[in-house]
Amino acid sequence: MPGVFNKISVETNTAPTFVDTDYEARAQDTMCINESHLQHKWYHNLKYAAVGILFGIAFTKAEVISWFRIQEMFRLQSFHMYGVIGTAIVVGMLSVWLIKKFKVKTIYGEAIEFHPKKFNKGQIYGGLIFGLGWAMTGACPGPLFAQIGAGFLVIAVVLLSAVAGTWVYGYFRERLPH
Amino acid sequence: MELLQQPWPWYVAGALIGLTVPALLILGNKHFGISANLRHACAACFPAKIPFFQYNWKKEAWNLFFVGGILIGGLLATQFLSDPNPVQVAPALLSELKEYGIEDHSKVLPKELFSIDALFTLRGLIMLVGGGFLVGFGARYAGGCTSGHSIIGISNLQVPSMIATAAFMAGGFLMANLILPFILKL
Repeated sequence: MPGVFNKISVETNTAPTFVDTDYEARAQDTMCINESHLQHKWYHNLKYAAVGILFGIAFTKAEVISWFRIQEMFRLQSFHMYGVIGTAIVVGMLSVWLIKKFKVKTIYGEAIEFHPKKFNKGQIYGGLIFGLGWAMTGACPGPLFAQIGAGFLVIAVVLLSAVAGTWVYGYFRERLPH
Repeated sequence: MELLQQPWPWYVAGALIGLTVPALLILGNKHFGISANLRHACAACFPAKIPFFQYNWKKEAWNLFFVGGILIGGLLATQFLSDPNPVQVAPALLSELKEYGIEDHSKVLPKELFSIDALFTLRGLIMLVGGGFLVGFGARYAGGCTSGHSIIGISNLQVPSMIATAAFMAGGFLMANLILPFILKL
Protein backbone atom coordinates (compact mmCIF):
# COMPACT_ATOMS: atom_id res chain seq x y z
CA MET A 1 0.00 0.00 0.00
CA PRO A 2 2.30 2.76 -1.16
CA GLY A 3 -0.41 5.38 -0.69
CA VAL A 4 -0.38 4.96 3.07
CA PHE A 5 3.36 5.31 3.27
CA ASN A 6 3.23 8.42 1.13
CA LYS A 7 0.66 9.88 3.43
CA ILE A 8 2.78 9.19 6.47
CA SER A 9 5.89 10.69 4.92
CA VAL A 10 3.96 13.78 3.82
CA GLU A 11 2.65 14.24 7.31
CA THR A 12 6.06 14.04 8.90
CA ASN A 13 7.39 16.57 6.39
CA THR A 14 4.70 19.10 7.13
CA ALA A 15 5.19 19.21 10.84
CA PRO A 16 3.75 22.53 12.01
CA THR A 17 6.43 25.19 11.64
CA PHE A 18 6.49 28.01 14.12
CA VAL A 19 6.49 31.36 12.36
CA ASP A 20 8.17 34.06 14.34
CA THR A 21 6.40 37.21 13.20
CA ASP A 22 8.63 39.45 15.23
CA TYR A 23 11.63 38.13 13.36
CA GLU A 24 9.81 38.61 10.06
CA ALA A 25 9.19 42.26 10.91
CA ARG A 26 12.75 42.88 12.02
CA ALA A 27 14.17 41.15 8.95
CA GLN A 28 12.35 43.47 6.53
CA ASP A 29 14.70 45.59 4.47
CA THR A 30 17.74 44.73 6.48
CA MET A 31 20.90 42.81 5.87
CA CYS A 32 22.12 42.55 9.35
CA ILE A 33 19.72 40.32 11.10
CA ASN A 34 20.37 36.97 12.59
CA GLU A 35 18.36 35.27 15.20
CA SER A 36 20.39 33.77 17.95
CA HIS A 37 18.47 31.12 19.78
CA LEU A 38 20.36 31.80 22.94
CA GLN A 39 19.39 34.27 25.60
CA HIS A 40 22.11 36.15 27.37
CA LYS A 41 22.36 38.70 30.12
CA TRP A 42 22.78 42.30 28.91
CA TYR A 43 26.48 42.47 29.72
CA HIS A 44 27.20 39.91 27.02
CA ASN A 45 26.59 42.83 24.68
CA LEU A 46 29.72 44.55 25.98
CA LYS A 47 31.83 42.40 23.70
CA TYR A 48 30.14 44.06 20.73
CA ALA A 49 30.98 47.43 22.23
CA ALA A 50 34.61 46.30 22.37
CA VAL A 51 34.55 45.41 18.66
CA GLY A 52 32.88 48.77 18.03
CA ILE A 53 35.68 50.60 19.85
CA LEU A 54 38.38 48.98 17.71
CA PHE A 55 36.32 49.61 14.62
CA GLY A 56 35.77 53.27 15.58
CA ILE A 57 39.49 53.76 16.15
CA ALA A 58 40.24 52.25 12.73
CA PHE A 59 37.61 54.50 11.11
CA THR A 60 39.03 57.58 12.75
CA LYS A 61 42.70 56.85 12.20
CA ALA A 62 42.25 55.90 8.56
CA GLU A 63 40.33 59.15 7.94
CA VAL A 64 37.30 57.21 6.73
CA ILE A 65 35.36 59.75 8.79
CA SER A 66 36.93 62.62 6.81
CA TRP A 67 34.54 64.57 4.61
CA PHE A 68 37.53 65.33 2.37
CA ARG A 69 38.28 61.64 1.82
CA ILE A 70 34.73 60.98 0.63
CA GLN A 71 34.87 63.97 -1.71
CA GLU A 72 38.19 62.70 -3.12
CA MET A 73 36.67 59.26 -3.65
CA PHE A 74 33.73 60.57 -5.66
CA ARG A 75 35.96 62.92 -7.66
CA LEU A 76 38.56 60.20 -8.33
CA GLN A 77 41.22 62.36 -6.69
CA SER A 78 42.61 59.73 -4.36
CA PHE A 79 42.89 55.97 -4.13
CA HIS A 80 42.61 55.93 -0.32
CA MET A 81 38.90 55.08 0.13
CA TYR A 82 38.93 52.54 -2.68
CA GLY A 83 41.85 50.89 -0.92
CA VAL A 84 40.05 50.85 2.44
CA ILE A 85 36.76 49.50 1.09
CA GLY A 86 38.51 47.07 -1.27
CA THR A 87 40.70 45.62 1.49
CA ALA A 88 37.72 45.36 3.83
CA ILE A 89 35.75 43.43 1.20
CA VAL A 90 38.64 41.06 0.43
CA VAL A 91 39.23 40.35 4.13
CA GLY A 92 35.49 39.98 4.75
CA MET A 93 35.07 37.67 1.77
CA LEU A 94 37.96 35.45 2.84
CA SER A 95 36.58 35.31 6.38
CA VAL A 96 33.09 34.35 5.24
CA TRP A 97 34.55 31.71 2.93
CA LEU A 98 36.66 30.25 5.75
CA ILE A 99 33.72 30.30 8.17
CA LYS A 100 31.57 28.41 5.65
CA LYS A 101 34.31 26.00 4.61
CA PHE A 102 35.34 24.99 8.11
CA LYS A 103 31.83 25.40 9.54
CA VAL A 104 33.21 27.68 12.21
CA LYS A 105 30.90 28.01 15.22
CA THR A 106 30.27 30.98 17.48
CA ILE A 107 31.95 31.17 20.88
CA TYR A 108 28.70 29.74 22.27
CA GLY A 109 28.89 26.77 19.92
CA GLU A 110 26.06 27.87 17.62
CA ALA A 111 26.31 27.34 13.88
CA ILE A 112 26.92 30.62 12.02
CA GLU A 113 24.06 31.38 9.65
CA PHE A 114 23.91 33.33 6.41
CA HIS A 115 20.72 34.45 4.75
CA PRO A 116 20.51 35.04 1.01
CA LYS A 117 19.12 38.45 0.12
CA LYS A 118 16.39 38.91 -2.46
CA PHE A 119 16.61 41.59 -5.09
CA ASN A 120 14.09 44.39 -5.06
CA LYS A 121 14.03 47.78 -6.80
CA GLY A 122 14.58 49.49 -3.46
CA GLN A 123 18.22 48.52 -3.68
CA ILE A 124 18.51 50.75 -6.77
CA TYR A 125 16.23 53.66 -5.78
CA GLY A 126 17.24 53.61 -2.15
CA GLY A 127 20.88 53.07 -3.09
CA LEU A 128 20.88 56.15 -5.31
CA ILE A 129 19.24 58.25 -2.59
CA PHE A 130 21.74 56.96 -0.04
CA GLY A 131 24.62 57.82 -2.39
CA LEU A 132 23.37 61.39 -2.80
CA GLY A 133 23.30 61.80 0.97
CA TRP A 134 26.66 60.09 1.47
CA ALA A 135 28.43 62.53 -0.84
CA MET A 136 26.81 65.50 0.96
CA THR A 137 27.49 64.57 4.57
CA GLY A 138 30.68 62.71 3.73
CA ALA A 139 29.59 60.00 6.10
CA CYS A 140 27.64 56.79 5.97
CA PRO A 141 25.96 55.76 9.22
CA GLY A 142 29.07 54.21 10.88
CA PRO A 143 31.33 57.26 10.58
CA LEU A 144 28.53 59.49 11.92
CA PHE A 145 28.94 57.86 15.33
CA ALA A 146 32.74 58.12 15.18
CA GLN A 147 32.52 61.81 14.17
CA ILE A 148 30.36 62.58 17.19
CA GLY A 149 32.90 60.76 19.37
CA ALA A 150 35.70 62.72 17.71
CA GLY A 151 34.11 65.89 19.06
CA PHE A 152 31.99 67.12 16.16
CA LEU A 153 28.84 67.48 18.19
CA VAL A 154 26.96 69.16 15.34
CA ILE A 155 26.90 65.74 13.63
CA ALA A 156 24.24 64.77 16.16
CA VAL A 157 21.94 66.87 13.96
CA VAL A 158 22.89 64.77 10.92
CA LEU A 159 22.29 61.59 12.89
CA LEU A 160 18.87 62.74 14.12
CA SER A 161 18.00 63.71 10.58
CA ALA A 162 19.03 60.23 9.41
CA VAL A 163 16.73 58.72 12.07
CA ALA A 164 13.96 61.00 10.76
CA GLY A 165 14.68 59.80 7.21
CA THR A 166 14.40 56.20 8.36
CA TRP A 167 11.10 56.98 10.09
CA VAL A 168 9.68 58.66 6.98
CA TYR A 169 10.72 55.61 4.96
CA GLY A 170 8.87 53.36 7.41
CA TYR A 171 5.80 55.59 7.15
CA PHE A 172 5.68 55.50 3.32
CA ARG A 173 7.11 52.01 2.90
CA GLU A 174 3.94 50.36 1.57
CA ARG A 175 3.47 53.06 -1.07
CA LEU A 176 7.04 53.01 -2.42
CA PRO A 177 8.06 50.84 -5.39
CA HIS A 178 10.02 47.77 -4.35
CA MET B 1 53.21 55.37 19.45
CA GLU B 2 54.16 57.88 16.77
CA LEU B 3 53.29 55.29 14.16
CA LEU B 4 49.84 54.94 15.71
CA GLN B 5 49.33 58.69 15.75
CA GLN B 6 49.95 59.17 12.06
CA PRO B 7 47.01 58.50 9.75
CA TRP B 8 46.85 54.74 9.22
CA PRO B 9 47.43 53.40 5.72
CA TRP B 10 44.39 52.13 3.82
CA TYR B 11 45.40 48.47 3.98
CA VAL B 12 45.64 48.47 7.78
CA ALA B 13 42.28 50.17 8.29
CA GLY B 14 40.65 48.17 5.51
CA ALA B 15 41.82 44.89 7.04
CA LEU B 16 40.55 45.90 10.50
CA ILE B 17 37.19 46.91 9.07
CA GLY B 18 37.03 43.63 7.16
CA LEU B 19 37.83 41.66 10.33
CA THR B 20 34.75 43.15 11.98
CA VAL B 21 32.71 40.77 9.80
CA PRO B 22 34.08 37.49 11.29
CA ALA B 23 34.44 39.06 14.74
CA LEU B 24 30.71 39.77 15.00
CA LEU B 25 29.79 36.43 13.46
CA ILE B 26 32.00 34.43 15.79
CA LEU B 27 31.09 36.43 18.89
CA GLY B 28 27.39 35.76 18.50
CA ASN B 29 26.13 35.13 14.98
CA LYS B 30 25.70 38.85 14.34
CA HIS B 31 25.70 40.43 10.91
CA PHE B 32 27.57 43.68 10.53
CA GLY B 33 25.06 46.41 9.65
CA ILE B 34 25.08 49.87 11.09
CA SER B 35 22.10 51.64 9.53
CA ALA B 36 19.72 49.16 11.20
CA ASN B 37 20.36 51.10 14.41
CA LEU B 38 18.54 54.09 12.96
CA ARG B 39 15.52 51.86 12.61
CA HIS B 40 15.92 50.48 16.13
CA ALA B 41 15.93 54.09 17.34
CA CYS B 42 12.58 54.62 15.56
CA ALA B 43 11.17 51.36 16.95
CA ALA B 44 12.28 52.25 20.46
CA CYS B 45 11.32 55.93 20.55
CA PHE B 46 8.53 56.68 18.07
CA PRO B 47 7.04 53.51 16.57
CA ALA B 48 3.72 55.35 15.98
CA LYS B 49 1.88 52.13 15.10
CA ILE B 50 3.83 51.87 11.83
CA PRO B 51 4.14 48.13 11.04
CA PHE B 52 7.77 48.59 9.94
CA PHE B 53 8.66 49.61 13.49
CA GLN B 54 6.61 46.98 15.31
CA TYR B 55 9.19 44.54 16.55
CA ASN B 56 11.14 43.86 19.69
CA TRP B 57 14.10 46.21 19.19
CA LYS B 58 15.62 44.98 22.44
CA LYS B 59 16.60 41.80 20.61
CA GLU B 60 18.87 44.00 18.51
CA ALA B 61 20.43 45.76 21.49
CA TRP B 62 23.83 44.28 20.64
CA ASN B 63 23.96 46.60 17.62
CA LEU B 64 23.34 49.67 19.78
CA PHE B 65 26.26 48.57 21.96
CA PHE B 66 28.32 48.19 18.80
CA VAL B 67 27.66 51.76 17.59
CA GLY B 68 28.16 53.03 21.13
CA GLY B 69 31.60 51.44 20.86
CA ILE B 70 32.23 53.20 17.55
CA LEU B 71 31.48 56.53 19.23
CA ILE B 72 33.90 55.72 22.07
CA GLY B 73 36.47 54.59 19.49
CA GLY B 74 36.23 57.96 17.75
CA LEU B 75 36.69 59.67 21.11
CA LEU B 76 39.71 57.55 22.12
CA ALA B 77 41.40 57.94 18.73
CA THR B 78 40.97 61.71 18.91
CA GLN B 79 42.05 62.06 22.54
CA PHE B 80 45.01 59.72 22.59
CA LEU B 81 46.11 58.98 19.04
CA SER B 82 45.54 62.35 17.47
CA ASP B 83 47.82 63.66 14.76
CA PRO B 84 48.43 67.41 15.22
CA ASN B 85 49.08 68.00 11.53
CA PRO B 86 46.32 69.20 9.18
CA VAL B 87 44.37 66.50 7.37
CA GLN B 88 45.81 65.47 4.03
CA VAL B 89 43.62 66.64 1.19
CA ALA B 90 44.22 66.24 -2.55
CA PRO B 91 45.52 69.58 -3.91
CA ALA B 92 42.89 69.61 -6.69
CA LEU B 93 40.12 69.31 -4.10
CA LEU B 94 41.63 72.01 -1.88
CA SER B 95 41.80 74.53 -4.69
CA GLU B 96 38.25 73.72 -5.77
CA LEU B 97 36.91 74.08 -2.23
CA LYS B 98 38.69 77.43 -1.91
CA GLU B 99 36.38 78.78 -4.61
CA TYR B 100 33.47 78.03 -2.30
CA GLY B 101 35.12 79.67 0.67
CA ILE B 102 36.09 76.38 2.33
CA GLU B 103 39.68 76.57 3.47
CA ASP B 104 39.76 74.88 6.85
CA HIS B 105 41.31 71.45 6.74
CA SER B 106 42.80 71.35 10.21
CA LYS B 107 40.38 68.55 11.10
CA VAL B 108 38.47 65.89 9.18
CA LEU B 109 35.40 68.10 8.75
CA PRO B 110 35.75 71.71 7.50
CA LYS B 111 34.29 74.16 10.03
CA GLU B 112 32.76 76.23 7.23
CA LEU B 113 30.29 73.39 6.66
CA PHE B 114 30.19 71.41 9.90
CA SER B 115 29.58 73.70 12.84
CA ILE B 116 26.65 75.15 14.72
CA ASP B 117 27.14 78.44 12.84
CA ALA B 118 27.04 76.63 9.50
CA LEU B 119 23.85 74.87 10.51
CA PHE B 120 22.06 78.22 10.41
CA THR B 121 23.10 78.94 6.82
CA LEU B 122 21.12 77.62 3.86
CA ARG B 123 24.15 75.69 2.64
CA GLY B 124 24.81 74.09 6.00
CA LEU B 125 21.16 73.28 6.56
CA ILE B 126 20.86 71.49 3.21
CA MET B 127 24.07 69.54 3.74
CA LEU B 128 23.59 68.52 7.36
CA VAL B 129 19.84 68.10 7.68
CA GLY B 130 19.10 67.26 4.02
CA GLY B 131 22.14 65.00 3.67
CA GLY B 132 21.38 63.16 6.89
CA PHE B 133 17.78 62.63 5.85
CA LEU B 134 18.83 61.14 2.49
CA VAL B 135 21.32 58.84 4.22
CA GLY B 136 18.68 57.51 6.61
CA PHE B 137 15.89 57.23 4.07
CA GLY B 138 18.09 55.74 1.35
CA ALA B 139 19.85 53.24 3.58
CA ARG B 140 16.60 51.70 4.78
CA TYR B 141 14.99 51.81 1.33
CA ALA B 142 18.03 49.98 -0.02
CA GLY B 143 17.89 47.51 2.89
CA GLY B 144 21.31 48.40 4.23
CA CYS B 145 24.20 50.82 4.02
CA THR B 146 27.89 50.53 3.21
CA SER B 147 28.43 48.06 6.06
CA GLY B 148 25.44 45.78 5.44
CA HIS B 149 25.58 45.79 1.66
CA SER B 150 29.06 46.84 0.54
CA ILE B 151 31.02 44.93 3.16
CA ILE B 152 29.17 41.91 4.51
CA GLY B 153 26.73 41.62 1.60
CA ILE B 154 29.46 41.51 -1.03
CA SER B 155 31.63 39.35 1.27
CA ASN B 156 28.79 36.85 1.21
CA LEU B 157 28.60 37.18 -2.60
CA GLN B 158 25.07 38.61 -2.60
CA VAL B 159 24.13 40.05 -6.00
CA PRO B 160 21.52 42.48 -4.53
CA SER B 161 24.29 43.94 -2.37
CA MET B 162 26.51 44.45 -5.40
CA ILE B 163 23.63 46.23 -7.14
CA ALA B 164 23.03 48.39 -4.07
CA THR B 165 26.72 49.26 -3.84
CA ALA B 166 26.78 50.26 -7.51
CA ALA B 167 23.77 52.50 -6.79
CA PHE B 168 25.51 54.04 -3.73
CA MET B 169 28.50 54.90 -5.90
CA ALA B 170 26.35 56.23 -8.75
CA GLY B 171 24.44 58.49 -6.34
CA GLY B 172 27.68 59.69 -4.79
CA PHE B 173 29.31 60.51 -8.12
CA LEU B 174 26.18 62.34 -9.20
CA MET B 175 26.03 64.41 -6.04
CA ALA B 176 29.75 65.21 -5.69
CA ASN B 177 30.29 66.19 -9.30
CA LEU B 178 27.01 67.57 -10.58
CA ILE B 179 24.82 68.71 -7.69
CA LEU B 180 27.14 69.56 -4.79
CA PRO B 181 28.91 72.43 -6.67
CA PHE B 182 25.57 74.28 -6.76
CA ILE B 183 24.93 73.67 -3.07
CA LEU B 184 28.44 74.75 -2.10
CA LYS B 185 27.97 78.02 -4.02
CA LEU B 186 24.98 78.97 -1.86
